Amino acid sequence: MALAFDEYGRPFIILKEQEQKSRLRGLDAQKANISAGRAVARILRTSLGPKGMDKMLQSPDGDVVITNDGATILEQMDVDNQIAKLMVELSRSQDYEIGDGTTGVVVMAGALLEQAEKLLERGIHPIRVAEGYEVASRIAVDHLERIARKFDFSEANIEPLVQTCMTTLSSKIVNRCKRALAEIAVKAVLAVADLERKDVNLDLIKVEGKVGGKLEDTELIYGIVVDKDMSHPQMPKRIEDAKIAILTCPFEPPKPKTKHKVDIDTVEKFQTLREQEQKYFDDMVQQCKDVGATLVICQWGFDDEANHLLMHRNLPAVRWVGGVELELIAIATGGRIVPRFQELTPEKLGRAGLVREKSFGTTKDRMLYIEQCANSKAVTIFIRGGNKMMIEETKRSLHDALCVARNLIRNNSIVYGGGSAEISCSIAVEAAADRYPGVEQYAIRSFADALDSIPLALAENSGLQPIDTLAAVKSQQVKENNPYCGIDCNDVGTTDMQEQNVFETLIGKQQQILLATQVVKMILKIDDVIAPSEY
Amino acid sequence: MAVERLLKDEATEEKGDRARMASFIGAMAIADLVKTTLGPKGMDKILQSTGRGHNVTVTNDGATILKSLHIDNPAAKVLVDISKVQDDEVGDGTTSVVVLAGELLREAEKLTMAKIHPMTIIAGYRMAAECSRNALLQKAMDNKQDPEKFKSDLMKIAMTTLSSKILSQDKEYFAQLAVDAVMRLKGSTNLEAIQIIKKAGGSLKDSFLDEGFILDKKIGIGQPKRIENAKILVANTAMDTDKVKIYGARVRVDSMARVAQIEGAEKEKMKEKVQKIIGHGINCFVNRQLIYNYPEELFADAGILAIEHADFDGIERLALVTGGEIASTFDNPESVKLGHCKLIEEIMIGEDKLIHFSGVEMGQACTIVLRGASSHMLDEAERSLHDALCVLSQTVNDSRVLLGGGWPEMVMAKEVDELARRTPGKRSHAIEAFSRALQSIPTIIADNAGLDSAELISQLRAEHHKETTNSGIDVISGGVGDMEKLGISESFKVKQAVLLSATEAAEMILRVDEIITCAPRKREDRM
Repeated sequence: MALAFDEYGRPFIILKEQEQKSRLRGLDAQKANISAGRAVARILRTSLGPKGMDKMLQSPDGDVVITNDGATILEQMDVDNQIAKLMVELSRSQDYEIGDGTTGVVVMAGALLEQAEKLLERGIHPIRVAEGYEVASRIAVDHLERIARKFDFSEANIEPLVQTCMTTLSSKIVNRCKRALAEIAVKAVLAVADLERKDVNLDLIKVEGKVGGKLEDTELIYGIVVDKDMSHPQMPKRIEDAKIAILTCPFEPPKPKTKHKVDIDTVEKFQTLREQEQKYFDDMVQQCKDVGATLVICQWGFDDEANHLLMHRNLPAVRWVGGVELELIAIATGGRIVPRFQELTPEKLGRAGLVREKSFGTTKDRMLYIEQCANSKAVTIFIRGGNKMMIEETKRSLHDALCVARNLIRNNSIVYGGGSAEISCSIAVEAAADRYPGVEQYAIRSFADALDSIPLALAENSGLQPIDTLAAVKSQQVKENNPYCGIDCNDVGTTDMQEQNVFETLIGKQQQILLATQVVKMILKIDDVIAPSEY
Repeated sequence: MAVERLLKDEATEEKGDRARMASFIGAMAIADLVKTTLGPKGMDKILQSTGRGHNVTVTNDGATILKSLHIDNPAAKVLVDISKVQDDEVGDGTTSVVVLAGELLREAEKLTMAKIHPMTIIAGYRMAAECSRNALLQKAMDNKQDPEKFKSDLMKIAMTTLSSKILSQDKEYFAQLAVDAVMRLKGSTNLEAIQIIKKAGGSLKDSFLDEGFILDKKIGIGQPKRIENAKILVANTAMDTDKVKIYGARVRVDSMARVAQIEGAEKEKMKEKVQKIIGHGINCFVNRQLIYNYPEELFADAGILAIEHADFDGIERLALVTGGEIASTFDNPESVKLGHCKLIEEIMIGEDKLIHFSGVEMGQACTIVLRGASSHMLDEAERSLHDALCVLSQTVNDSRVLLGGGWPEMVMAKEVDELARRTPGKRSHAIEAFSRALQSIPTIIADNAGLDSAELISQLRAEHHKETTNSGIDVISGGVGDMEKLGISESFKVKQAVLLSATEAAEMILRVDEIITCAPRKREDRM
C-alpha cells in the first residue's frame, strides 16, 4: 500500500489524496491491462479477412459510420481505458506508416497479450516474456524476408499491382467492383509516382466523393475536381486551353493590417475616395487580364462589383477554393500561387487543356473539372455511390488500396496472404524456440502460437472450422515445404495462395509484427496503474 | 477478474445477433412507417414540427416524411439517407426504395434465423440484383425516335407518378402541365428554369403554366404598369447609401453645414449612379438588393420600371430568361448585355399583384402557378409536381420506359426465381428471398388499396408465367389488368435506382455485426 509508517508509527502520505485514486499493482495491474487490450482486439477480430463483418458506429453527434477499417473503428470508438487507447494508437501508427493491415495489427497484439497472460500465470517474469517476444519477432521478420518474393511490374504491366490492391479491397464492402477500383487505385498511384526515386506522394491524389449514381461510375480523372462553381452564373461553363491565375488575395479593397482611419471631412475627399475604390476593382481585373489569364481561381471572396467586372471582361472566376485544393491545382497546372495582384506575371499562370463545369442529379450540385493539365502529376479519384456512408467507406477502402500500391512501388517485395505468411512464420519461430536456453524459450513458443491467431480468425470469419483448417494447412506447409499455403477464405478450392493471387506487401507484414510486439512489450512492463478516481 | 470498462460512460455496445437484431428492427420499423403511403391508394401522413408554431405538413412523399423524423437507430438512418439520395438523384421512388430495402432485410432476418451466414445472403442478393437489372434492361422500351410516342410515354409517366399524390384528382391536367414544362427545357435537367409559384385561393384546377416569367414583386409607385418591348437591366448592386468599401473610412465633420454637404455629395453619387443606369437606354431595372426611396423616385421620373429585392434565384432566372447579364457596375453601358422581352405587365392572381414578363427571348424557362385551398395543400402539390418534373426530366435524358403497377417487380421476381433454381448452394435461399421481397411491393400496393392481395398476387404470378404479358395490378378496378392499355408507365432510371440503392443499403446493414454507440455529446443546458 502507498501508506507508510515512520519509525514512531505515524502514518505519512506518499501519494497525495490517495484515497481518491484507484490503484492497481503487480500482477493485478498486468492482468487488467491485458484484459483491456484483448477486449479491443476482440472487437476487431470479426472484421478480419474477406468475409469479415462491418461495425456500425454512432458518433456523439448521432452520425452513423459503417466501416470495417480497423483504424477507423478504433478512432471512432470513444475509448476510455488507457491501455485500450494504446491499442488505438497502435492501429493508427500502422495506418500512418503502411495504410493497410490496421485490423491485423490489433488482432496480433491481442493474441500476443493473451499468450502473455498464460505465461504470467506460470510465474514467468514479464520482462522475460517481453524479451522472448522481441527475439521471436526478429526471427519472424527475418523469416518473412526469406519467403518474400520480388515481383516485377512496369508501367505497361500493372497486373501484379492490381492483384495486390484487389486483395486489400476484397475485405471491404466495395468488393463488388474491386477489379475496377483496384485498377483506378493503381493507375492513380502510377500517375503520380516517381519511379526513379521509388517514391509516391499520396497528397497528389485527391479523393472526392459525391452521393448518387452507383459505385461502378467511380472514375479516375487526370486532373483536379473542385466542388465549386463559377462565381457568376453567367460565366462560361467550359474553357479550353485555360491559363489559370491562382490567387490568394481577395477581389476586395485592401485591408491594411495596421490600424488606421480614413477621415472624410469634405465633399472632395468623399469623391476621391469613391473614385479610388472603383479604380481598385478595375485595376485588379485589368492586372489579371493583362497577364493573359483566362480563368481566375481565388482563395477568397469577391465583391459584387468585382464579380461583375470579371464577368464583363469575360474572365471566368472561381471563389472560395480551399487551400489544399489550391495547392493541388497549382501543382497540376504548373502555375504559381500568387499572393498579390502586382506580382502576377505570365509565367506564373497555370495551364490546363480543359476546364468544365458538370452538374449532377436534380439538385443544384455542380463540380468543376480541371483536366489535361500541363503537369499531369495530380489526379483525382471521383467516387459515386448510393449513400453517404457508402462513399465514406469507399474513400477509406481506396485509401488503403492506394497505400498498398505505394508501398509496392517503394519496395516490390511481397508475401502471400490468406494467413500463409503467419503460418510459415509460426513454424519457423516454433523451430527456432528450442534452440534458446532459458525462460525466453517459452515466450518464443507462445509467440508462435500467437501468430496462429490470424489464420484462425480468418478461418473463423469465413465460416470454416478454425482449428481443423489451421492444422490441415500447417501440416501441408511442413509436408510440402511450401510457405504459400493459406486459408481458403473464398472457397475456391485450393490453399495455395500463389494460385489464388492473394498478396500482401512485405513491409506491411513486417511492420505489423514489429509494431504489435512493441506495444505488447510496453503493456507488459507496466506494473502499477494509478488513476484519479472520479469524484 | 472482470474486464474493465473499455468505453466511456453511456457509450453502448451491441454485439453479434443482438446488433443484427437491433438494426433489422430499426430498418423494418422505418419501412413499415412509410409502407402505407405506397401506391395510388396510399395514405398521407401528418407531420408536426417541434419547432415554434408546431407547423403541420401533410404529405405522402417518402423523402419528406423521413427527413422530418428524429431517429436514433443507426440502421434506420441508413434508410433515411438512401431515401434522401434517391430524392436528389431521380426525385421519385423515395418510398419504394425504403420499402424494398426494408423487405430485403425482413427476408434476410428469416434467413439468419435459419443460420445462414450474412455474407452468403449478401452474395445471393448481389446475384439477384444483377439478374433483376438485366431483366429490366431487356424489357425496357425506348421510344426516343418517335417523338409522338415519346411524348405520350412522358404523359403516362407523369400521370403514374401523380396518381399516388394529392394531385391525382386532376392528374391528367397536371401531367400535361409537367410534360409541357419539361419539354420546354429541351433536354436539360436544370429544373431551376421551372419556377413554381404558390398562391392560396381558387382550386387546384386553376393552376396554370405560364410561358413567360412571373416575378412575385410589386412595381414601384408612380412607375409604368405596362411596358412593351422592354429593355431590362438585371443588377446586383446596392441602391441604398452605397457605403464606402475602403476599410476604416469614416466621416468626421466639425459642423452641421458639413454634414449637409456630405449628404449632398452622397445624394449626388446616387443620382450619378442612377443616371448611369438610365444611360443604358433601359425601361426596366431589376435589382437584387433594396432600392431606396430616393433612387426609386428618380427612376419613376425617368419613366423606368424599377423592381427591388428580387431573391437571388429570381434574378438568376430572370437573367437567364431575358438573356441579359447580371450587372454590378455601370460605367460602360455599350458593352452590358441587356435583357429583352415583349411585354411587362402587372397581373393579378387572386389578391396578389405579380409582375409578368412575356415574350422572352429564351423559351426555356416557364412558370407554374399553383392554386389551392390551403397552404398545406399547396406545399404538397408543389412536392408532387416536383417529383413529376424530376422524373420527367430524367426520362428525357434516359428515355427507357417500363410499365408500372407492379409489373417490373413481377418481371424481376420471375427472372430471379429462375436464377434461384439454377444456383446451387445456400445462396439460392437468399436469391429466393430477394424475389419474395420484390413481390412484396405489388402486395403492399394492393393492400393499401384495400384489395385481396394474396389472391391478386397469385393471379399476377400465373399471368406472368406466360411469355409476354403486360399485366399488373389495376387498383381502380381491383383486378389484374393490362398496364399498357391502362397507360401506367414508370421511368427505367427510377426503377433501376430503387433496385440498386435498396440492395446496397440492405447489404450494408447486413454486414454489420457490432454497433458501438458513443456517449451523446453533452449539450449546454440553455435553460
